[in-house]
Amino acid sequence: MADGASNEAFVEFERVQKSYDGESLVVKDLNLTMPKGEFLTMLGPSGSGKTTCLMMLAGFETATHGDIRLGGVSINDIPPHKRGIGMVFQNYALFPHMTIAENLAFPLEVRKMGKAEQEEKVKRALDMVEMGRFGGRRPAQLSGGQQQRVALARALVFEPELVLMDEPLGALDKQLREKMQFEITHLAHQLGITTVYVTHDQTEALTMSDRVAVFDDGRIQQLAPPDKLYEEPENSFVAQFIGENNTLEGVVKEIKGNTCVVQLDGGEVIDAVPVNVSEVGERTRVSIRPERVEYNRDRLHADAHTLKAEVLEFIYMGDIFRTRLRVAGNDEFIIKTRNAPDQVRLTPGTEIEIGWLAEDCRALDAS
Amino acid sequence: MRQKMRALMLVAPLLIFVVVTFIVPILSMLFRSVENDIVPNTIPGTVVALTEWDGSTGQPPHEDVYRNLYIDLFKAEEAKQHTRLGTRLNYEQTGLSSMFRTTGRSLDDIGELWQDPLEDIDPNFEEGSFWFEMMSGTGGEGFLERRREMLALMSDEDMSGDVGFVPSADMIEMLPWTAQAYTDFAIWAAIRDEDTVSEEDPWESVYGALGMDLTNPDTVSAINSYGGPGASALQAAAANLDQLPQFGFREAFVEEDEDWGSAKVWATIKLYSPSLTPGYFLNSVDMTLTPDGIESKPDNQQVYTTLFTRTLIMALIITASCIVLGYPVAWLLANLPMRTASILMILVLLPFWTSLLVRTSAWKVLLQQQGVINEILVWLGFVNDADRLILMNNATGTVIAMTHILLPFMILPLYSVMKTIPPSYQRAAKSLGATNWTAFWRVYFPQSVPGIGAGSILVFILAIGYYITPEIVGGTDGVFISNRIAYHISSSLNWGLAAALGSILLVVVLGLYWCYDKIVGIDNVKLGG
Repeated sequence: MADGASNEAFVEFERVQKSYDGESLVVKDLNLTMPKGEFLTMLGPSGSGKTTCLMMLAGFETATHGDIRLGGVSINDIPPHKRGIGMVFQNYALFPHMTIAENLAFPLEVRKMGKAEQEEKVKRALDMVEMGRFGGRRPAQLSGGQQQRVALARALVFEPELVLMDEPLGALDKQLREKMQFEITHLAHQLGITTVYVTHDQTEALTMSDRVAVFDDGRIQQLAPPDKLYEEPENSFVAQFIGENNTLEGVVKEIKGNTCVVQLDGGEVIDAVPVNVSEVGERTRVSIRPERVEYNRDRLHADAHTLKAEVLEFIYMGDIFRTRLRVAGNDEFIIKTRNAPDQVRLTPGTEIEIGWLAEDCRALDAS
Repeated sequence: MRQKMRALMLVAPLLIFVVVTFIVPILSMLFRSVENDIVPNTIPGTVVALTEWDGSTGQPPHEDVYRNLYIDLFKAEEAKQHTRLGTRLNYEQTGLSSMFRTTGRSLDDIGELWQDPLEDIDPNFEEGSFWFEMMSGTGGEGFLERRREMLALMSDEDMSGDVGFVPSADMIEMLPWTAQAYTDFAIWAAIRDEDTVSEEDPWESVYGALGMDLTNPDTVSAINSYGGPGASALQAAAANLDQLPQFGFREAFVEEDEDWGSAKVWATIKLYSPSLTPGYFLNSVDMTLTPDGIESKPDNQQVYTTLFTRTLIMALIITASCIVLGYPVAWLLANLPMRTASILMILVLLPFWTSLLVRTSAWKVLLQQQGVINEILVWLGFVNDADRLILMNNATGTVIAMTHILLPFMILPLYSVMKTIPPSYQRAAKSLGATNWTAFWRVYFPQSVPGIGAGSILVFILAIGYYITPEIVGGTDGVFISNRIAYHISSSLNWGLAAALGSILLVVVLGLYWCYDKIVGIDNVKLGG
């Protein structure tokens, strides 16, 4: 969590539901609390309800049920223009008939601010995003990245306490996107503003956020800081959606405290951490991150459980090696190893033994 | 190059079609606004002779002008062209049309004033073959061709072919008037009437022309020393000059119509004798060309400037009403869900697909004093039965009906522009703190201006040249300049004036278009996309 963030709730969703047609719910029972100064990302596939949540917060959609509070006050009945929330849109939505400076002055003008003060604030906001020289241009004369910066400056110029961003980097190329990711986080933390960021790009979510809310099917599947989300996914959807993941299917044989025994469909028996399995005999999907799998005997931990594997494909990727194996009947089992001087390069066709720590192996729901 | 050729080939059928059926006729029509060939072509000799005349003295022109007029008019009467000339000159001075028509009927009588005494003096003058023999000869080929060309221009007919007659150079020199008249007669008889010249009796104008020649003492002395064909008859005529009329052609014309002696009439003819004239254009702006220069017409004859201003103002009112009525509808169309929008769109397009005449007639039913609108207003008690609203046969009717008819031309471009404005702009404006109205006025509206521009240009240009609707519901106060143009094309047949009015309308539209380009910029006009 960022410096200066207090634990007092600033943005609250309480049992919020949203339906467009009165039948199917797009957002189902959403509960979310954000402290001031937090950078929270809503991550999910398209149609998962994340943008709807953002639009409800901005005031462009109304919640069918439940309460949305900002600074302790319910904003359900407050029209968007009185909410004082800055917003960056997917296609920037810079007004094409105004210059950059006019675009930035717009929120100040509608707040009836004096001309001199307007000019000063516009200048400061443009300098902040290093666009000071472009005040007289029109949006169409700027590149995508420049427009992005201006859109950001415009959302911040009237000093809102909350800024919403709807996939703001979607239209940029990879390099620029990475640069902007850094700049946006930096700016948000520097100014201490609370930010809700919507994206379907998990790397973006992991690198930028204090916390990530993973959306699927109108619900938050997991709300956690990036490291926790990656290393300790709470269900198979999150495990699959965040990062690369190997899954092995099986049945729970035994549960004792924080370990359980799983018999894989191929007959092998392994240990795992029970995450959301509760009964013996339940089907489960065991998840292991590719980089936590080890095949070098010297490095293998003494307690590590081992399985036989056949090497199918070896891919050299520079900083890492990516090897595809057949493990317990699964042809798509991937391992990633660091390109170190003493690292063995596996040859396709050979039989090896692989292993991992039981705590890296999580038994999740089978769905 | 091959690419370009291929492209040209592909557009060629349409291009040729448009050029042949549209551009060329329009250009030739527009050219009529300054064309005045009819005067110099019909009375070429008179026009030349008139250049010597100074109209400011108030005196009628010299006898020579009347002699030329006689020769010119006689053949024009044969070709039935003199009434057209009269109609043309009547545009400039009323009364000239009937003057030309009555004089045309008496041209034979004037000729007979000389024919009868000449035939009494020598019966040979009665014989066509005698005349043919006397006038024929050699050396007059060039003269013949010149007369042939003039006849062709005057009658608008093809005059080529073998005449079977060549005027003698001696005769052309000795009897210049007679040679002109006889050559004209010979060409007309041979080519137009397909007769043998020697078997035909000459026109009365030939006798008149001989009379003109005999007034010249030099000619008389030349005849006395002449020994060629017809010498005795000519010498007999020269010896008996006292039996011929003792007056000239001016008196003869004035006898038929005293206006021929009026300097004012001749001033008008002289003013319109060049083959190009600004007269129609001056007429179109309520001015007239007088011998003293350009003058405004009297107040009670000023119609065209009023009509032009009224057309412009009413087209502007119609455009404005279309914007006011069309904008909300277009907005609704662009912002409703697809299904509802397409139903609404059909409602907009339905009148568009209905016949213009049917729609206008429907408005006639609605607007008249005993019509649907008045009946409803009276029934509701808003209007007293005694003073029902006059909604038709005036400007109000034209504005109401034309606004309705042209509305789709405003809605469609507006809609297609509004469709391209993403809703995120207004959302952005609201998130930045703008109220609904500010978001609309500062963000949405400026982006829809290109649509307003396109719609306005369309509606305005269509309105300014509209004809059918003002004709049906406009009465007298609600008609446009186009109705006047139509009147001159089909009723008064003053095509030159119609062309001048049309040209002015075209220039006004182009001028407004240019202004629009300067102020708004034509790049800002979007019809969609």
